[in-house]
Amino acid sequence: MIDNLPFLVVAVTILLGLYTILLKKDLIKIIMGISIVESGVNLFLIVLGYRWDSIAPIFTGAPSLAMVMPTVQALTLTSIVIGVATLALMLSMVMIIFRYYKTTDVSKVTKLQG
Amino acid sequence: MDIILDNLPGLLIAIPLLGAFLTPVLSRAGDNVRNVWVMVITTLSSLCGLLVASRVLEAGTIVYAFGVDTISNVIPLDSGGIPIRIIFTIDPINAFMLIIAAVVGFCITLYSISSMEKLSGKDGFFTLLFLLVASVYGMIATGDLFNFFVFLEISSLAGAALVAYRIDKGVATEAGFKYAALSTLGGMLFLVGVGLLYAQYNSLNMAVIADRMQLTGLDIMAFVLFFTALAMKCGAVPMHFWTPDSYTMAPSSVTAFLVVSSQASLYALFRVCFTLYGGQINPLTVGWVIIILGVLSMFIGVTMAIPQKDVKRLMAYHAVSQTGYMLLGVGVGLAALSSTCFSQGVGMMALKGGLFHIMNHALYKGLLFLTAGVIMYRCGTRNLNQLGGLGHNMKWTMIFFMIGALAIAGIPPFNGFASKLLIYESTFLFNPLIAVIAMVVSILTLASFVKVFHSMFMGPKLPEYQDVEEAPKPMLIAMGILAVLVILFGIFPQQVVDTLVTPAAFALVDYHGYISAVLGGA
Repeated sequence: MIDNLPFLVVAVTILLGLYTILLKKDLIKIIMGISIVESGVNLFLIVLGYRWDSIAPIFTGAPSLAMVMPTVQALTLTSIVIGVATLALMLSMVMIIFRYYKTTDVSKVTKLQG
Repeated sequence: MDIILDNLPGLLIAIPLLGAFLTPVLSRAGDNVRNVWVMVITTLSSLCGLLVASRVLEAGTIVYAFGVDTISNVIPLDSGGIPIRIIFTIDPINAFMLIIAAVVGFCITLYSISSMEKLSGKDGFFTLLFLLVASVYGMIATGDLFNFFVFLEISSLAGAALVAYRIDKGVATEAGFKYAALSTLGGMLFLVGVGLLYAQYNSLNMAVIADRMQLTGLDIMAFVLFFTALAMKCGAVPMHFWTPDSYTMAPSSVTAFLVVSSQASLYALFRVCFTLYGGQINPLTVGWVIIILGVLSMFIGVTMAIPQKDVKRLMAYHAVSQTGYMLLGVGVGLAALSSTCFSQGVGMMALKGGLFHIMNHALYKGLLFLTAGVIMYRCGTRNLNQLGGLGHNMKWTMIFFMIGALAIAGIPPFNGFASKLLIYESTFLFNPLIAVIAMVVSILTLASFVKVFHSMFMGPKLPEYQDVEEAPKPMLIAMGILAVLVILFGIFPQQVVDTLVTPAAFALVDYHGYISAVLGGA
């Protein structure tokens, strides 16, 4: 049970993020939702890579325990970097939208319908 | 020379990336230097794509691992038969997609040089454009799921930034934001799927995962996540709402390449269905899901296109509708895999039709978006109600538009006819009702383009466009290349199908071949 607790946290985080994206009407809050989903996914990857009583695969003087490849940590780092880039791009887009529309309300940013 | 030829798959990514980040530096030396540089890079990268494709078609699948000492040492002996590096796997279907990206990539860059001439911010534009090109090559060529995710995100970022590049009173930014938010969310879903697979099979390589696939509950969950994310990125109907917005607001040359980047997602969708879960999922169920998505996309796309007043928005809805044809063809191919009619060639014919349509669509849709760009460039509006009588002054543009419009409607002797005929014939044997829907959609497409053609080019000269000029030479050359290919593929479809499409279709079905190409007969 306690082993699965991190996965529960992951699920709650991702669902919270999705809830924010789907139900909030403000562009900034939508970006926050996307960011929360990203954190959930990153946490998910990190949790996957954890094994009880294991060590990183460094062979010099290693105790005879199970070794875990640090692949997921590498993935998470990459994913965080991508997350930062997307966040910056989307926030700057919202700034431009606000400059022209004077609002960040989703129901008012609708020049593109039909 | 050999070292270059051996490392071509790596150069495929390296050249556009180098081009992207050196463009702002070199353009300090002036516009001409930048234009030359941009042309050199795009020629090299397209040549590289074509060379890789031709080598694959001649000599079979290329497996390329990054950072190995000898090129054949893809899987290190002490790794226990698991590829631990990032691996590019290029089999005939990847080669097929590479050819599309290379041809369209070259044409749109040539076109952009001219269409961007009077505008500011060219450094950033070409940087983003090359990033988009690199990401599309990467999405096509990679054999590693996480690497695919990275390229997917690069393409989302570069694509969204390009859509929003001309702020256009904030409207383009609105479209770009929609695209960025949706594709980021799709990317996150994809990443969760990758995590689920990695947790079970300890690998990120598609061939290894396909080899070990058990189809547990978690695998099905991952499949649904992949399917949703990729269907969203390729603009299939329930998730198509970003397509018209971003295709409309992006600069036209970018739109033509966004079509290709959507098709790279489409390819990945097929790769997931056929190779990653090959032989494990129920082909009939998944095939029918794809068919239903395809029919919905076809029909809703075309019905939404008819009332549009904005020429690019209209074409964007047609892009959704044509994506439906590809989904339909490949879906029928997948659904027929299990049944006896596959052996009678129905499934294979549908598959060929679907794949051939991807290539044809990239060519004629690119051509149409480029002609719309010319109209935009010369007249400054996309509104069909304000345009008219342009045929008097813009003869070449009119001819190119006509070629594209007839091809998209599936009129012989243009290429759209060849692939649509394959889809009609096979679908009719599979389920006649769907074939009838496909034909009706085709007729509606023709009707809609007749309207566009009439209101843009026919009629007397309008006073405000009295002295409108023909498009500049580079734009005409770019459109000309695409138009010639549209006609050639329409006149000699058999040769194209035999040399490009059939190997691709067989490679898609043969997942054992893909696995053994990477793992070496395992």
